[in-house]
Amino acid sequence: MSKEIIKIEDLKREFTMGTETVHALRGISFSIKEGEFVTIMGSSGSGKSTMLNILGCLDQPTSGLYKIDGVSVKDLNRNQLATIRNEKIGFIFQSYNLLARTSAIENVELPLLYNSKVTSEERRKRAIKALEMVGLGDRLHHTPSQLSGGQQQRVAIARSLVNNPVMILADEATGNLDTRTSYEIMSLFQELNKKGITITFVTHEPDIATFSSRTVVLKDGAIMQDYLNHNVQSAAAELAKLPKQDD
Amino acid sequence: MRLLNLLKIATKAIVLNKTRTLLTMLGIIIGVASVIAMLAIGEGSKESIRTTISAMGSNMITIRPGADDRGPARGSGGDVQTLTLDDYEVIKEEATTLSYITPVVNGGGQVINGSNNWPTTIYGVNPDYLNIKVVDLQSGSMFTDAEVKSASKVALIGQTVVDNVFPDGQEPVGQMIRFDNIPFKVIGVLEEKGENTFGQDQDDVVIAPYTTVQKRILAIDYLNQVMASAVSEDDAPEAVTQVTEILRSQHKLLESEDDDFTVRSMEELISTFSSTSEMLTILLVAVASISLLIGGIGIMNIMYVSVKERTKEIGLRMAVGGKGSDILLQFLIEAILISITGGLLGVLLGLGATVFIEKFLNWPTSVALYSIVISFAVCAVTGIFFGWYPARKASALDPITALRYE
Repeated sequence: MSKEIIKIEDLKREFTMGTETVHALRGISFSIKEGEFVTIMGSSGSGKSTMLNILGCLDQPTSGLYKIDGVSVKDLNRNQLATIRNEKIGFIFQSYNLLARTSAIENVELPLLYNSKVTSEERRKRAIKALEMVGLGDRLHHTPSQLSGGQQQRVAIARSLVNNPVMILADEATGNLDTRTSYEIMSLFQELNKKGITITFVTHEPDIATFSSRTVVLKDGAIMQDYLNHNVQSAAAELAKLPKQDD
Repeated sequence: MRLLNLLKIATKAIVLNKTRTLLTMLGIIIGVASVIAMLAIGEGSKESIRTTISAMGSNMITIRPGADDRGPARGSGGDVQTLTLDDYEVIKEEATTLSYITPVVNGGGQVINGSNNWPTTIYGVNPDYLNIKVVDLQSGSMFTDAEVKSASKVALIGQTVVDNVFPDGQEPVGQMIRFDNIPFKVIGVLEEKGENTFGQDQDDVVIAPYTTVQKRILAIDYLNQVMASAVSEDDAPEAVTQVTEILRSQHKLLESEDDDFTVRSMEELISTFSSTSEMLTILLVAVASISLLIGGIGIMNIMYVSVKERTKEIGLRMAVGGKGSDILLQFLIEAILISITGGLLGVLLGLGATVFIEKFLNWPTSVALYSIVISFAVCAVTGIFFGWYPARKASALDPITALRYE
């Protein structure tokens, strides 16, 4: 039995919009174990984004339990949340969110700059290692404008790995990419997952879910489906099936 | 460690926006430079007044007839006849703090040598005069006490007079000149002193025994002033009091009556003129400070825009673990770095401008260390003050909203 990274019990999140109360999440319970590759699916309005914000410790639940790596998030203040994000979570965004005119290596170093326990030599070493893991060992000093979309997302993935998080949290990470590149990125995620990294992938694209080991489907703030995927597709194999591109 | 990292982040952000940073700094640069240059001009003119007055003899004390009506437009006191030779004798007799003393009578007239003539002023004095005014002779010698007693028609002349009435380069000593209609034998030429700060040509003078000038030229029996010199500069205030007491009793003034004479030391003169130039300095600095303030507002403006523009970046920084205080410090450091760098450049520009003013406009300048320290400190404070609001705003952003900001 592997360790539980995420434990969620009867989690609710309500927003007050004027006089109305919007129930974004209506009592959700699930947990994620170490080494899982979970996709959280749902159409817009399903509570997917709210779920993501809470999982990412950017937001806190109205009621219920949320534990990440054994820490209950509900009672933490802003600064403590920031520390959790810094040490336990690796973020990947749809629009990459890299700092412009800043080299790949400096972008990757960013999370470690907010961790005063890491020395500058170690920071550099870990950034280079992370970039090598995503196959950009030869692009250390390129700025985002000198990189393709796929490469930029690889830099963002390296950035999410650099702090050795307990979980990588991806928000529509392939949403801005063409099919070929998004398969490449998915295959990278699968590789990382094989190395034991826990990944939670929030998306609305059903074919992305076929690459993950488990899918949680949200609808109207509740879990509609939560199933293990016994027939995980290999993104690398799918990539090979795509028609060859003429360069 | 944390501050070092934030410093690194802030520096990076500044370097990434070179042009904008430089434009932002411009206000601060100009502000600091003008404060320094203005203070340098003010200090310079103050110093030059001081040196000129000191060169006239810093121990010097002048006693003039007539009440002290201090102010920018003082009357000459020349028409008042309350200062007499007896006063001079009494002061000379009783004052213990004076080392030299001379009566002074003066009047304007024409110096004539053959076909050359020149309008100038004649000063009737005794041989102490040279010591009081700290003047040496170029050639010849001073007249003696005996020549004063006998009202001899001998004179010493300044370089300007020499240039105008001896244009052929003749040796003036030993020549005869006429002042108005009285013939004088030139017995010496005064050392050249040039103009003083007030634009007065100190070489445009004729000096003769006061007895001669009183009797033969002005036909008066009173004195225009008495000049003396205190034993030392420190004794000058003491000497002023002493002379005042002597003259009051000599003039038999009652307790209730004001002085009918004015005793002035050079020190007082210096402070009178310094205070005028100080006023001017304050005015100049006030104007310069306004540009510094506007520079500060420029920084706030740009930082504010920068926070808006970088909302998404701030969201990202927060998402990867930047705390509110990290963001606040980052923006504050950016603002301070901008203003301090601007301050440094401003100091350099100010010093450059000062050298320029000194060299090309020939104004006396003097850069005071305190002006650099003050304007630099003001810069740092400006950075903190005007950087605080935008930085505060950045740190208060909600990471979710900031991340989604387009």
